[in-house]
Amino acid sequence: MSSPGADETEPWPLWEVFVRSSRGLSHLHAGSLHAPDAEMAVRNARDLYTRRNEGVSIWVVRSSDITASDPDAKGAFFESPRGKEYRHAGYYTESEGVKHL
Amino acid sequence: MSDQSFRISAGDALTAEKITEAGEKPTEAVADYALRLGDDALILAQRLGWWIARAPELEEDVALANIALDQLGHARSFLSYAALAWGRTEDDLAYFRTEPEFVNVQLVEQPNGDFAHTIARQFIVSYYQFELYRRLVDSSDATLAAIAAKAVKEVDYHRDHATQWVLRLALGTEESRRRMIAGLGVMWPYVDELFRDDELVVSLGEAAVLPSSLREDFDTMTGAVRAEAELEHPATDGLRGFVARGGGRDGIHTEFLGPLLAEMQVLARAHPEATW
Repeated sequence: MSSPGADETEPWPLWEVFVRSSRGLSHLHAGSLHAPDAEMAVRNARDLYTRRNEGVSIWVVRSSDITASDPDAKGAFFESPRGKEYRHAGYYTESEGVKHL
Repeated sequence: MSDQSFRISAGDALTAEKITEAGEKPTEAVADYALRLGDDALILAQRLGWWIARAPELEEDVALANIALDQLGHARSFLSYAALAWGRTEDDLAYFRTEPEFVNVQLVEQPNGDFAHTIARQFIVSYYQFELYRRLVDSSDATLAAIAAKAVKEVDYHRDHATQWVLRLALGTEESRRRMIAGLGVMWPYVDELFRDDELVVSLGEAAVLPSSLREDFDTMTGAVRAEAELEHPATDGLRGFVARGGGRDGIHTEFLGPLLAEMQVLARAHPEATW
């Protein structure tokens, strides 16, 4: 395998950057960048996304490793739960004779 | 000597303005020493600034710009401090001194060349500066110690950045390796000058750091990176393998500093007293 950027046809791959700020609870997607490898991606992310916010944790993931939901399938995929109350326990009334439920 | 009650802790945001405001005058010798360190950082910052919008990739544009700005910050602090001794300002020192009045080491004024040349220069400078500032935090001069405390963390990152690139270029393609070796060959002759002691540093005692005392750690650290990058010692690579005479600390420079200063100073000299 030749190294990324070895020639015109092989540019640096794209990476997605997730940053947890010093007082943040979870990593949030901050943006993306190009880097030849994961190590450099972390360093580039530090330069691009954390300059004014010290004490952070950075995750980088190769964009090609991310599987995303299909935007075209939004209708079926993220259908509203409205009208589906029967899915929740609170929908049902307690049956007689069942103790300690 | 500075009054020990005035000690800017590393936790405070030390700025050039604060140093000027504090008005803690350095001795003539301390000022001369601060001027050297300031000039090293200033000329390197000016060199690195050239890369902005020219680096091989957008991300590297940002990385080199960040390093340049860090260096410029160090330069402003050192020059502001030195200026107090002579009743001048950081701008006077940066823009209204002539070539023989600059006391930077010759390494930092070397041309950028290609990306590998710049990385080679950065590799040497950052390891040297890291060892220097790491010790200067214990300086008996409070202001020098404070500047070093802030600078050392930034330089630690510069060191990492340069290391990553030395490894990638040396172990990358045949072409990138060729260029890395060439870059180190061009820059290495200027290494010896970094570690030469002279009367000034010796006379400063506890206030300064003896350059010669940094050599061993510098050789060990850079040697480890070179080993990992499978690089021979630059002088034995069949490259030029000479040692530059140096003289930067005495105002003797290579042919590259004059044009750099002309460009850096032209605006300030055309409009003296201008503020923006």
